[in-house]
Amino acid sequence: MKRKLLVLGLLLLFGGLKLPFELRLDVAQREAYFRGAKLDLSLREQVGQMGFFAALSGFRSFIASLLWIEAHTAWEKTEWGRMAGLFDTVTTLQPRSALYWDMAAWHMAWNASIAAFEDKSQPSEALRIRAQRQYFKLGREFLEKGIRNNPDRPDLYEKLAILLRDKYEDHCGAADAFAKAATFPDARGYVRRFAFYELAKCPGREREAYEGLKKLYLEGESERLPSVVSMIGKLEETLDIPAAERLNLQSHSTQPSTLSHP
Amino acid sequence: MSDSSSPASLGVWQFGPRVSAIAAATFTELVRMKVFYFLLIFAVVVIGNSAFMMNFSFEEKFQMLKDVALGAMSIFTSLLAILATAMLLPKDIEERTIYTILAKPVPRHEYLLGKLVGVLFMLFLATLIMSAVFLVVLWIRERSEIAAALAQLQGASPADISAAVESIRKSTFNANLLPGIIIIFTKSALLASMTLLVSSFATSSIFGIITSFAVYFIGHLQATARDFWLSGMDAEWWTRLLVALVALIFPDLQAFSLADDVVAGTAIPAAIFWKTFALGGVYVFVYYLFASLIFAGREL
Repeated sequence: MKRKLLVLGLLLLFGGLKLPFELRLDVAQREAYFRGAKLDLSLREQVGQMGFFAALSGFRSFIASLLWIEAHTAWEKTEWGRMAGLFDTVTTLQPRSALYWDMAAWHMAWNASIAAFEDKSQPSEALRIRAQRQYFKLGREFLEKGIRNNPDRPDLYEKLAILLRDKYEDHCGAADAFAKAATFPDARGYVRRFAFYELAKCPGREREAYEGLKKLYLEGESERLPSVVSMIGKLEETLDIPAAERLNLQSHSTQPSTLSHP
Repeated sequence: MSDSSSPASLGVWQFGPRVSAIAAATFTELVRMKVFYFLLIFAVVVIGNSAFMMNFSFEEKFQMLKDVALGAMSIFTSLLAILATAMLLPKDIEERTIYTILAKPVPRHEYLLGKLVGVLFMLFLATLIMSAVFLVVLWIRERSEIAAALAQLQGASPADISAAVESIRKSTFNANLLPGIIIIFTKSALLASMTLLVSSFATSSIFGIITSFAVYFIGHLQATARDFWLSGMDAEWWTRLLVALVALIFPDLQAFSLADDVVAGTAIPAAIFWKTFALGGVYVFVYYLFASLIFAGREL
């Protein structure tokens, strides 16, 4: 018994010694985007007792994967409401997966919204449009939450920009999101260009778009795409740029065949 | 029967061979208990999950394959660590082989070390085989996705083909899978050592298993208890005492659950990897020391 008490005392002593190290490691892991899942009561309600127990036991990604398969089955049955709930749970369990946020937003803002708008069981067009907008909002919320959990992933900013552009026609917001994506070294090459395209459609920021596109154009042949040249020409007209300050677009060669990607 | 033999009389130079002999016997015993049969289940889980993924995009398929494989690896190694270790001492006592070994004479701490090394070797081998199965399946899937993409992109520009192949490759292997797997092994080693500590005073294997699983679940909540305790929140004194004890006595097992985020693409910085690995090593060593201390005074 004495030995057991001695070991208990030593265990407490060891606990006191390891605690500062564990705390520092905890902080470092969180700063590196680990341990981000919030395992709280709302999740407990969503995944049930067994799922919550498993998530607590370090099998978050495993449970998330199983629920993703379930969400896919719900998609095949066009059960949009159930899908939204499952996506919410999956992204709570696995907040560092950009893929889950992206796909959840896409399903909501594109698939579910169109299905809601074309819902033949709802005769009122106003209600169908309302339902459609609710799904746009859900999609947007998934991406915004995804960005909060993954501020280091350019893909999510890009997807938010596309959603703002295509579903909300919010060109100013889309321009900012594309511009944010472009600040990352691993962003897709076209996002910088797209930021200026959207900026050109943002009232009051045309000059900014023009300067940006001009700078892009002067970077070299690889950026002199027909769409860039055309947009610069339009902006020169819109902004009434004096002839002497305009780019001599005719003298520069372009690469019409490089438009294979956006 | 208590541990009275001094290291000098036993020959310290024979420490290595004695421990390795016990470790080898422990490993053989575990193999005879057919613990490796679970690898078949692992292979079925990893290979068979493709049946559910016919209609998914390649990014989803790879994400889920990694989720399921690393999740299953974590489950199996944790189960193995607890179940295999919890049965060792009670089995030796029940079959009375422990008396033969300790009468050699072998100091009790060497006996325990041999048992622990045997279990750790078995866990290492199991992790290695599971990793190999997982990586081979991932590689085969990558090849088949690339072949499908090439077939679909016939006539496309080389730049488009190269971009498609690159995006598939980016979704499959990443350099962080290996440190993620090493941390899974570290966690299982910690669990084995912790179970050995429990076994050192447990009177039956069922007690050892239940207690170790309780520690396992509480260990995953240790960080929550620690944060609650250190935040100085207003609570009853006994609540604060309870969470303080949980924070001090139990290991923070969430610190070893990095694989969940690794499969989602989060990179493990080298400093965090080494600190986590070192913390696991310290736990293994300290739990072994405490187990030796208790076992040295145990009446057999």
